[in-house]
Amino acid sequence: MSNWIEIGKVEEIPKQGARVVETAKGDIGIFRTLEGEVFALRDRCPHKEGPLSQGIVHGKRVTCPLHNWNIELESGEVVAPDEGCAASYPVKVDDGVVYLSLEANPDNS
Amino acid sequence: MKERLVLVGNGMAGIRTLEELLKIAPDKYDITVFGAEPHCNYNRIMLSPVLAGEKTIDDIILNSQEWYDENNITLHTGKTVVDIDRRGQKVIADDGTTACYDRLLLATGSNPFIIPVPGHDKEGVIGFRDIKDVDTMLVAAKQYKKAVVIGGGLLGLEAANGLVINGMDVTVVHLGDTLMEMQMDAFSGEMLKASLEERGLKFRMNSSTVELTGEQRVSGLKFADGGELEADLVVMAAGIRPNIDLAKKVGIHCERGIVVNDTLQTFDPKIYSVGECVQHRGVAYGLVAPLFEQAKVCANHLAGYGIAIYEGSTTSTKLKVTGIDLFSAGDFHGDESSEDVVMKDASRGIYKKVVLRDNKIIGAVMYGDTIDGAWYFQMLRDETDVSDFREHLMFGQAHLGDSGHGGSNAASALPDDAEICGCNGVCKGTIVKAITEKGLFTLEEVKSHTKAAASCGSCTGLVEQILASTVGDYSETPKKKAMCGCTEHSHDEVRAAIRDQKLTSIPAVMSALEWHTPDGCASCRPALNYYVIAAWPQEAKDDPQSRFINERAHANIQKDGTYSVIPRMWGGVTTPSELRAIADVVDKFEIPSMKVTGGQRIDLLGVKKEDLPAVWADLNAAGMVSGHGYGKSLRTVKTCVGSEWCRFGTQDSTGLGVKIEKMTWGSWTPHKYKIAVSGCPRNCAEATIKDFGIVCVDSGYELHVGGNGGIHVVATQLLCRVSTEEEVMEYCGAFMQVYREEAHYLERTAPWIERIGLSYAKQRIVEDEAGRKALYARFLVSQEVFQIDPWAEAVEQDHIRKDYIPIKKLG
Repeated sequence: MSNWIEIGKVEEIPKQGARVVETAKGDIGIFRTLEGEVFALRDRCPHKEGPLSQGIVHGKRVTCPLHNWNIELESGEVVAPDEGCAASYPVKVDDGVVYLSLEANPDNS
Repeated sequence: MKERLVLVGNGMAGIRTLEELLKIAPDKYDITVFGAEPHCNYNRIMLSPVLAGEKTIDDIILNSQEWYDENNITLHTGKTVVDIDRRGQKVIADDGTTACYDRLLLATGSNPFIIPVPGHDKEGVIGFRDIKDVDTMLVAAKQYKKAVVIGGGLLGLEAANGLVINGMDVTVVHLGDTLMEMQMDAFSGEMLKASLEERGLKFRMNSSTVELTGEQRVSGLKFADGGELEADLVVMAAGIRPNIDLAKKVGIHCERGIVVNDTLQTFDPKIYSVGECVQHRGVAYGLVAPLFEQAKVCANHLAGYGIAIYEGSTTSTKLKVTGIDLFSAGDFHGDESSEDVVMKDASRGIYKKVVLRDNKIIGAVMYGDTIDGAWYFQMLRDETDVSDFREHLMFGQAHLGDSGHGGSNAASALPDDAEICGCNGVCKGTIVKAITEKGLFTLEEVKSHTKAAASCGSCTGLVEQILASTVGDYSETPKKKAMCGCTEHSHDEVRAAIRDQKLTSIPAVMSALEWHTPDGCASCRPALNYYVIAAWPQEAKDDPQSRFINERAHANIQKDGTYSVIPRMWGGVTTPSELRAIADVVDKFEIPSMKVTGGQRIDLLGVKKEDLPAVWADLNAAGMVSGHGYGKSLRTVKTCVGSEWCRFGTQDSTGLGVKIEKMTWGSWTPHKYKIAVSGCPRNCAEATIKDFGIVCVDSGYELHVGGNGGIHVVATQLLCRVSTEEEVMEYCGAFMQVYREEAHYLERTAPWIERIGLSYAKQRIVEDEAGRKALYARFLVSQEVFQIDPWAEAVEQDHIRKDYIPIKKLG
């Protein structure tokens, strides 16, 4: 069902860091946690559009570099008491290669 | 199966503990709550505003029935627990309801002390403790005329004020000769009495009640001096007693309160206790602030973490009578070994007294102008030595230099639409609304919910004041402040552990100090990264992923996600070829904007991230390196023209500035660090608002420290005078090093000096010559490691450079 697009090797994304995928509809941040899990979010904070890919990654969250909002990497949900949601995208790692789908997960916008 | 937790006491302390517990261990327990009152948890300290008609019961409900439902908590209201079967681990309520527990939490609070004089049990004699008492008073105010409040303390005065507002003729009967003697000294007590008399309250001081007269209902009082007073309603507000009846009955060790240890555990290891019913290290608290510290610690142990320790609380008080500002904290009476510093201005209605012992604040009482209450209280808890600014102490923190809020000094007098937080545009009304609607009690909570004081922090004092006047008494934070939510340890403890245990990486620190989170948060990681590289420059490895983006990308992120680039210009000196190279770079990369900075540099704004390495490569080729305009590091050394050209110059300020910048650039510091060198006392380089400022004079150099041109404008203080450039370099490096080694991350030199005292800095840098030389040597060793141009590194090394470009570009 998903249209997987090859992005690159997983090692190219630093642990506790992120890289950007440029798309026609705007940037998507590909995040990698300390544990090695990979997530993809639209690279715009729901607050003031800060580039989330440039934030500090801790646990399964990223902190926006502009005003320190915390975003859940798995769902894109903003951590309370702030409110909002960044679109999240399906992403998988297969044999050390990262694949991304550009159809945003349906449970958020 | 889940463990079972039973809470006896549906009040603020118990529910707060459950909230803290649900935050860290939401699924650990099946929870059952018993409350004697027929209500959900409400804010008991807001009963006075309810009585005064400023709020309704609905306004002060903290946890609605939905909250209990959402958290699957079984709530029994209107049921008093009358027995505990400790062997069978079961509680029994007065209606026969039972609940079994694995852990039991007693939060039975306190009872008003009813003075056992004859007639104390007549109708119309009540305490002031719960919603029922408020209802009784409101009903009485409609039917009767005369009320007497026994006890001129905090609670008694609030009750009396409320009854006057409800139209009653109220006399406060007080045993002593000073109102609120637990919080006020004689002078401020008189001022308070005078303003309450203006509101219509009457007082009968030095009066001991011996009998309440009347038939079924009370009709009057008799006093020890033979006098009498009519009364249709008597409110006993002569203090509270911990409610320990239940605990005592079932054999749990009690003295004045239920005795608990530093983990809030009673003598029965399955039973914990928090709040006003507790006696901890001999103290039973009757204020709300300690409850929150207790709740946090207790929840930590109920969750099975077993780390937190409650070490007692220092409390401060506010009277919740609208329009009256008073504040007191600590030992404000003093004794032979203490001194009073007093300011009285009766016609402005202002009185301030600060009690000092050995130049440290041990107590304070203020009336009329309480803006600095939080400041004095902070210094009291931190045991700050005030000798360096003692002459300014009474004029308040604003007098030390505050550009933001020097003008307003009484939050309670501000209208609801007054803008409190200028950074985030938060008005007073918004803050008050959030505090009451969401049940906020700490500065941290107000910051996260409203964003007030969450950016630059200059309005913190005002926000604390609003919090204090909205919730009553409050304590900002425990004395020992944890670095962040990931740990219990303070900055100082973490720094000491890194040094003493030779911890050279962030994971090593987190494991040695038992961090709660696997890899920290955006607040502690940058601090830890700084601490390990500052302590172990040669051993520790810098972790870019734990740095804020600006330090990771060696440029300043802008609001649109582009970056700004500032090349270094040593001492603010440049050349035609540098300027040409900069101009060429701007043209080549179509950089939209250029600006001269406050630190005498040129800022190129709006550079795309992927262009950064190429921009740097061109600037490097022209001999320029990173200006670190983005870092918690040496920013700039600003200079004036000096003796080379200026007819007033006494020394070569420009040349000296260049030398200092060549020595200090590239060093990481707890916060940004600025230096300036002025060639004469006219001080054109504005050296006296820098972290380290040098003012040249004919005989040598004045060295100034701890200035700040930012939020709080703070002028430097004179460290010392020296006579040669070599000495300037040594003192400059040594001062920077002691700041690097001892300040907290994100603490600039001005607040750091305020915290440690200028005398301490003088002792380390001026008086201790061997120590100074050692500091200077350590600074130079660290510089050998860190004085590298991060731009050149990124340009030369493929693996760094590729991080600046997208991993993939799709259509």
